[in-house]
Amino acid sequence: MLYVVILFLFAAITLYFLLGGADFGAGIIELFTSTDNKHRTRKTSYQAIGPIWEANHMWLIITVVILFVGFPTIYSEMCIYLHIPLLIMLMGIIARGTAFAFRNYDAIKDEKTQGFYNHMFVYSSFVTPMFLGIIAGSALSGQIDPNARNFADAYIFSWLNWFSVSVGLFTVALCGFLAAIYLVGECPEVYDVKRFIRKAKAMNIAAVILGALVFVASGIEKVHLANWIFGNMISLAAVIAATLSLVLLWFIISDSKNKQWIRVLAAFQVSMILISVGHTRFPRFVIFKDGSSMSLLTDHATGKSIDDLGIGLLVGSLFILPALGYLYYSFKKKAPGQIADDH
Amino acid sequence: MDDFIAARSQMALSLGFHIIYSCIGMVMPVFMAISHYKWIKTKDPVYKNITIAWSKGVAIFFATGAVSGTMLSFELGLLWPGFMKHAGPIFGMPFSLEGVAFFIEAIALGFFLYGWNRLNTWFHWVTGIVVGISGIASGILVVSANSWMNSPSGFDFVNGKYLNIDPLKAMFNEAWFSESLHMTIAAFSATGFAVAGIHALMIYRNRNVHFHSKAFKIAIIFGAAAAILQPFSGDISAKGAAKRQPAKLAAMEAYFHTQPYSPLVIGGIPDTVAKRVNYGLEIPGLLSFLVHDNFKQQVNGLDKIPFKDQPPVAVTHYAFQIMVGFGMLMMLIGVLYFVALWKKKSWFDKGWFLKMFIYVTPAGFIALEAGWTVTEVGRQPWIIQGVMRTSEAVTPMPGIQYSFYLFTFIYFTLSIFVIFLLKRQIQMVPKLYDR
Repeated sequence: MLYVVILFLFAAITLYFLLGGADFGAGIIELFTSTDNKHRTRKTSYQAIGPIWEANHMWLIITVVILFVGFPTIYSEMCIYLHIPLLIMLMGIIARGTAFAFRNYDAIKDEKTQGFYNHMFVYSSFVTPMFLGIIAGSALSGQIDPNARNFADAYIFSWLNWFSVSVGLFTVALCGFLAAIYLVGECPEVYDVKRFIRKAKAMNIAAVILGALVFVASGIEKVHLANWIFGNMISLAAVIAATLSLVLLWFIISDSKNKQWIRVLAAFQVSMILISVGHTRFPRFVIFKDGSSMSLLTDHATGKSIDDLGIGLLVGSLFILPALGYLYYSFKKKAPGQIADDH
Repeated sequence: MDDFIAARSQMALSLGFHIIYSCIGMVMPVFMAISHYKWIKTKDPVYKNITIAWSKGVAIFFATGAVSGTMLSFELGLLWPGFMKHAGPIFGMPFSLEGVAFFIEAIALGFFLYGWNRLNTWFHWVTGIVVGISGIASGILVVSANSWMNSPSGFDFVNGKYLNIDPLKAMFNEAWFSESLHMTIAAFSATGFAVAGIHALMIYRNRNVHFHSKAFKIAIIFGAAAAILQPFSGDISAKGAAKRQPAKLAAMEAYFHTQPYSPLVIGGIPDTVAKRVNYGLEIPGLLSFLVHDNFKQQVNGLDKIPFKDQPPVAVTHYAFQIMVGFGMLMMLIGVLYFVALWKKKSWFDKGWFLKMFIYVTPAGFIALEAGWTVTEVGRQPWIIQGVMRTSEAVTPMPGIQYSFYLFTFIYFTLSIFVIFLLKRQIQMVPKLYDR
């Protein structure tokens, strides 16, 4: 049952990255859209993510619950040493969720308040995935130091280092890329399709550059990322698969018939990156400065808690997955553009 | 500010706000579904308008409830890592199930809000019902996790180790039913009175009277019925506390000295040094009667509990008095409402009758907050009753007061926004729904 729980944990993280990430990305794209086109981007992203964004963020809750029920030591240690980035991420989540709801449900849509919500939405869409990336990077960076003697070493340099920050930026670029690819398939007008294709390409270039930066930073921080990834077959294969899918994506992106395919490719590419990194360090989840680590295979809750959690997740997914599938299906089969003024 | 006090204050603040958002978020969908049903059955467009207007409120409260809930799931670890390390696997079951229920709620809400004119009428209606049911289920599950802290079970605590963990037994601990029942009823009465109060104000001001009267009626029927039922559930809760948490009960009643014909103290100012209550109204034997169903049998007082295991008496006592006071007031008004409904229809047009509902708009939420204060402060100094002290659970990170200031700022800003948005929703009723 432990493996079932671990599988759910990785699935929840991946799905949150893909779905929640595309969702954050919509805000990132809006941030990097010229003022003239901002309104169009906003309308498209409202239609595309309006009905599903709340559900997308449930994967984070599922991840957290799996961690604190199944791997309580890992959860509590991360909460102690990564308190500050977690706090900033939470601020981002609050600002973003409420700004999105407020801007759509404010009964009076005057420019001043809408402008305020828009600002809140786009900046928090940038900050939140950035700090999610920083947290993920910090878990692997080996900078968390339970033996630290002062505040800065224990609670600040655990996450404020070149490696974690470059992972944060890389995450932002990937989210923007996912969103642009997703939005390509959501807009009825050719003008917007072309715009989002350009954005997808730009975000992809940014991701490649920032990805390279992650490797450079790993050198500075003495994180042996290259050895990890290129040192084992599965991670290497995943990276190669990601690169190939990227090349293919660039070839087919301009053809509007391939909307579904480019989504699959983009999701595949990002999943491969996650698998590559996840596999290379598995079962270690958090690595400490002294080289010790916390492992999913040893630092888990005892027998019955894991069994019940596994059963709960299996039964829960019987309810959730069909409902979620039907939700996506229902709002995809209709032509985009219908949702906007119905209510 | 001391880190420990800062951590407790931040938790109290976060819970205090989350409770309001989530109660409204779980009860409003029920009102919404009733009004939706009436629209489908009668085709009276005013019901459709009420449904849509309420659904926007639900969307706002669901979003704020969801983000503040997400914050709480992290704050449990950020502030109380020592607690979560041990408690996570034991009381995690209701949280996992709550995750599922909440997920379903989010999916159903997506269908409901964006489903107008796109889904089959009855399927659309059912999605609204699912929002309500899964919201209430989430509430019950989270409260049962809290009840485990008051009445820990499902593990053996041996030499500081938590052994033989049984998450299902922990979930169905002795207090889960009474606490969940009390909370669910409280959510209905608080939200019912609050929503009714706002619509009553609009009727009083003579704005869109038809619209607001129908909305008022749906909300107040639930609110009034819940307020009338609540004292019975409170009685179950108090008997449970007497059995499982005698210190909490004694603090609630500011009952210092164990004696037969134990008195019930109403109001008053507890003096913890002299161990007496000044200016309170004492009714001999009533506490014995409430706890043991006879006037003579003694109830254990604070003198039976070591000082280091006693909760803050004054706060718990005041909070309890406030809860009961407002609860009784609402029950009385609830009864008056039903009298008006069956016998005195003329009251509905009277200013004093409407004013009464306007004045008690926040009463339910005041009682609710006071009730949670009783539960949480009354459990101190324990985070897990009798097993782990709150002070053992707090994070080692210093500087928590800054995080507390930050959270205070955020929650107040958020609430100001929500009030601002609701005001604008109500302001726009004539424009959007008068056709």
